[in-house]
Amino acid sequence: MGAALTAVAASVAFAQGSTADAIAKYREALQDGNPAELWEARGEELWKTPRGPKKVAFTACDLGLGAGVVKGAYAQMPRYFADADRVMDLESRLVWCMVEQQGYTQEQATKVPFGDGSAKRSDLEALAAYVVGQSRGVPMRVSLDHPKMKTMYALGEKMFFYRGGTHDFACSTCHGEDAKRIRLQDLPNLTTREGAQKAYTTWPAYRVSQGELRTMEWRLNDCFRQQRFPELKYDSDAAVALTTFLAYNANGAPYAGPAIKR
Amino acid sequence: MSARLLAQWCALALMLLGCATAPSDDAVRTEAEAVMKASFKARGQADLTRLDQDETQRLCSIYAGKALPRDVAARIEQANLATIRYPSDGKLAGDWRNGEKIAQEGRGKQYSDDPKGPVGGNCYACHRLTAGELSYGTIGPSLYQFGKTRGYTDETRKYAYGKVYNAEAFAACSNMPRFGHNGILTEQQIKDVVALLTDPQSPVNH
Repeated sequence: MGAALTAVAASVAFAQGSTADAIAKYREALQDGNPAELWEARGEELWKTPRGPKKVAFTACDLGLGAGVVKGAYAQMPRYFADADRVMDLESRLVWCMVEQQGYTQEQATKVPFGDGSAKRSDLEALAAYVVGQSRGVPMRVSLDHPKMKTMYALGEKMFFYRGGTHDFACSTCHGEDAKRIRLQDLPNLTTREGAQKAYTTWPAYRVSQGELRTMEWRLNDCFRQQRFPELKYDSDAAVALTTFLAYNANGAPYAGPAIKR
Repeated sequence: MSARLLAQWCALALMLLGCATAPSDDAVRTEAEAVMKASFKARGQADLTRLDQDETQRLCSIYAGKALPRDVAARIEQANLATIRYPSDGKLAGDWRNGEKIAQEGRGKQYSDDPKGPVGGNCYACHRLTAGELSYGTIGPSLYQFGKTRGYTDETRKYAYGKVYNAEAFAACSNMPRFGHNGILTEQQIKDVVALLTDPQSPVNH
């Protein structure tokens, strides 16, 4: 009886070990050819092309290191932008440049938020892929020196632990403890430096199961969807606050996106 | 957006060294709630009232990641215990086969889900239940052999029903949703899940 139970337990452990191993091998194999490169290439083209009613290219867009400077910029975002008097993540900043410099309306700039969760795509995925790719290997270095960054971080932390909805879920329900998983999917503990680093530095990412590149704001909203919350507004302060919380917690780790995920 | 908070933060520190004083925890929480309400929009069946916290959610958010004081835990458990409605026909367990389907079903209550259903308990997302299902999560404890180890008694069934109905009654700030209290599962569905856990024929107890 005891031996039989041990055997059952061992076979379960073996089956799960081999599943996890197979997933790890699958992920490794995928790293060789990440389709995110296609989004990066398209994004670079979009970055350099005059766009919008004002025919202005993103080379006029300041991501914090000077107009048009892309190299290493993402590793220091979110950050406070004096011209907008607002803390912005990359996606908010791209929208701001589209509206303020290229002459689009806010509605035009955000008409397909999060890629709309379908096969539809906006230019924002490609632009984000290009910009983040230019920080590959650069250590995350988000600064809270500006008081509005401190505020954003504090707000993001509160939101991370905010329980609500029909299921009482908060971000921390799934991402507050080490070595947990949903079904067979490992969950990073985003309250630890190591967990935040591993997760944050691999978004945006190409999602194999969806055949799409997904951004950080998409990641946040899809968590909220599963939390049974309403829809996160694209380019909203809650999105920026949570991103600030996670990005700062990831400081020190080399940025490694856009990654490829299941 | 957070100009109000920043103003509070800075007001007292103006004559000193800039904003050296942090705002109170309550002020940050109030501001975070206001920012969240402005940052979400209703979609499908998920309207903005989903962001409104009841007392349990509020207290559990405040103490998340910290030690929960014993008196607060007792208050949460008492209040939630009072919400549990046991079946009026006195039958606590239904059909374990339906219970297994409910345990597997992950849909329900998301804005992307059909409001007409199905709605499941998604038990396997967090719990091991049967020897046969290897795709189970680990946020909650293993429930394998739940009935077999606790005994096939009315007491076991009553505990299981109450726990699924309102987990906060037994463990304050549990990660487990309050399936009955929050209207996620129907009385019959909870009975079927209780059967999955406590029926000697159920694969949970093999």
